[in-house]
Amino acid sequence: MDLSAIDPVVLIASLMVAATPILLAAIGELVVEKSGVLNLGVEGMMITGAICGFAIAVETGSPTFGFLAAMVGGAALSLIFGVLTQVLMSNQVATGLALTLFGLGLSALIGQGYVGLKPPATGQLDLGPLSDIPVLGRILFSHDLVVYVSLALIVGVWAGLKYTRAGLILRAVGENHEAAHALGYKVVRIRLMAIAFGGACAGLGGAYLSLIRVPQWTEGMTAGAGWIALAIVVFASWKPVRVLLGAYLFGGVTVLQLNLQAAGLAVPVEVLSMSPYLITILVLVIMSADRGRAALSAPASLGKSFHASS
Amino acid sequence: MIRLEKRPSPSRLWTVATPVLAVALTMIAGGLLFAALGKDPVAAIRTIFWDPLFNEQFAAYSRPQLLVKAGPLILIAIGLSLGFRAGIWNIGAEGQYIIGALSGAGVGLAFYPMEAWFIFPLMVLAGGLGGWAWAMIPAILKTRFRTNEILVSLLLVYVAEQILASMSLGLMRNPEGGGFPGSRNLQQYPSAANTELFAGTGVHWGVVAGFVAVILAYVLLNRHMLGFQIRLAGQSPRAARFAGVNPNALVVFCLGVSGALAGMAGLFEVSGPAGQVSIDFNQGYGFTAIIVAFLGRLHPVGILLAGLLMALTYIGGELAQFMLGVPAAAIQAFQGMLLFFLLGVDVLSNYRVRLGKREVA
Repeated sequence: MDLSAIDPVVLIASLMVAATPILLAAIGELVVEKSGVLNLGVEGMMITGAICGFAIAVETGSPTFGFLAAMVGGAALSLIFGVLTQVLMSNQVATGLALTLFGLGLSALIGQGYVGLKPPATGQLDLGPLSDIPVLGRILFSHDLVVYVSLALIVGVWAGLKYTRAGLILRAVGENHEAAHALGYKVVRIRLMAIAFGGACAGLGGAYLSLIRVPQWTEGMTAGAGWIALAIVVFASWKPVRVLLGAYLFGGVTVLQLNLQAAGLAVPVEVLSMSPYLITILVLVIMSADRGRAALSAPASLGKSFHASS
Repeated sequence: MIRLEKRPSPSRLWTVATPVLAVALTMIAGGLLFAALGKDPVAAIRTIFWDPLFNEQFAAYSRPQLLVKAGPLILIAIGLSLGFRAGIWNIGAEGQYIIGALSGAGVGLAFYPMEAWFIFPLMVLAGGLGGWAWAMIPAILKTRFRTNEILVSLLLVYVAEQILASMSLGLMRNPEGGGFPGSRNLQQYPSAANTELFAGTGVHWGVVAGFVAVILAYVLLNRHMLGFQIRLAGQSPRAARFAGVNPNALVVFCLGVSGALAGMAGLFEVSGPAGQVSIDFNQGYGFTAIIVAFLGRLHPVGILLAGLLMALTYIGGELAQFMLGVPAAAIQAFQGMLLFFLLGVDVLSNYRVRLGKREVA
């Protein structure tokens, strides 16, 4: 085994890339859950975003259109969930599962003609001399635009939830929808907007997988990334900055195990491939073992249906 | 304006009628989907729902297949429905199904080439135990650390898939298979084969187990204290606690039963229709069974019917693929759509639709 082939600087730079899809999906889901809705369909929205983005990018030749289409696709799919759970008051757990199953089928259907194609390349953002700084330049200033968008989203969601009126209303709806309703806030409308935002983020994350990280289309290519995003929201105790931490931790594990596979570590490939899932479970256990905190930080109305009875 | 008014208790009529309505709506939406794909919608729907059963050319092959496919779906869905009723969400049945198949097939392969009557029962037992053990992971994490069982059980599916890949390429690979991945063919090993019990019907031990599970679940839910506790815990967790229901015991029981049943289903599949452990012998039954459980309204008899219907979409889907060139993925989307419609029209059983002027709520 040759561990010296693993360059820590490249490792950190590539873990940021590996973490970005999950980071995007997780920050979207965080907003959804903060509004009191549990959308288990992240995996389905991600994979739909992946194929929508891929298809449009290939057809138009522009990755930018691809990313936009992925956001629209993810949001559109999430609104199916939104209408079912918010207007028709269906069970959120079951509907989220349905969204995942449907998304996997739909994406495979759309993606039939796109297997084996190469998407147009997304360029790095040109940051001029900044990229030439040793070490820091490679880690911080030589990524594509979406990585920076994901980081900006974390900051934006954190500030938005903490300092703006809209964020306060969103949290109020998530903590106690009856009280928010009594104050005259449109609970259903606010939740639908949050759900669409979550869908757009998940779609963008999916497209990042198919257009930049992999980059090609294969059926079921998200391989549980959406579920890991859900786990990261729990890990983060519904705090945006910790989502960043969780996603990068997970990205680190993923990249490290891939590097170890390439370096020929004397551990079966399957054990390395399952390690991200096992570590996610482990982290979930550690987080939930702390009884008081897990119960306190979850939005109080999470997963409950709201019906304005007069 | 349309207004929804909560019913004091769910409407009995709509509880039965909504699945039928959902299937009808799915046929319409599916027809539109097929039309969008450039296929004749009427022909596609007929090929999926009618031809497998009544077309003289195909029925001889498809009718037995109906039970072959419905067996594992019903078996898994019965187990899942118990947990779903109690608000315990095991969505990793696919993983338990894989691990059950591996454990059972492992026992069978260990005895090869010995011939004895007890090998197959032992395999079934090992399959059930394997699935049970895999489901105990989320159960114990839930009861000990209150870890969300939805995420753990689902993430374990990906772990199980890696174990399956490792087994079919390594430990369980057929030593006489010329280096190809996949185990020995259990169908060619009489003591371990899950054979068709009545020629031409498709009934194998898994189908029998499915029917037995339906009956047992019916008795459990309607005539047994435990079944009452399961229903109570789902409808009102608080009331259940006051009534002395032990929530942890319920989690262990529901996850354990659903894991064991899924594991057995995996064993019946791997020793029967699939024949061998290979990387992709699992057909996603563990996930489709979730749809079956909901379509059957979490009721044993409903699940029996829903399992048959879902099996029909599998067979009809294959037929449509073969006859009309409808892509396989379209059927998957079709099944997902069915669950959407079902959950959507469910509003009719819990709420009354009122037409009238909207008041300030």
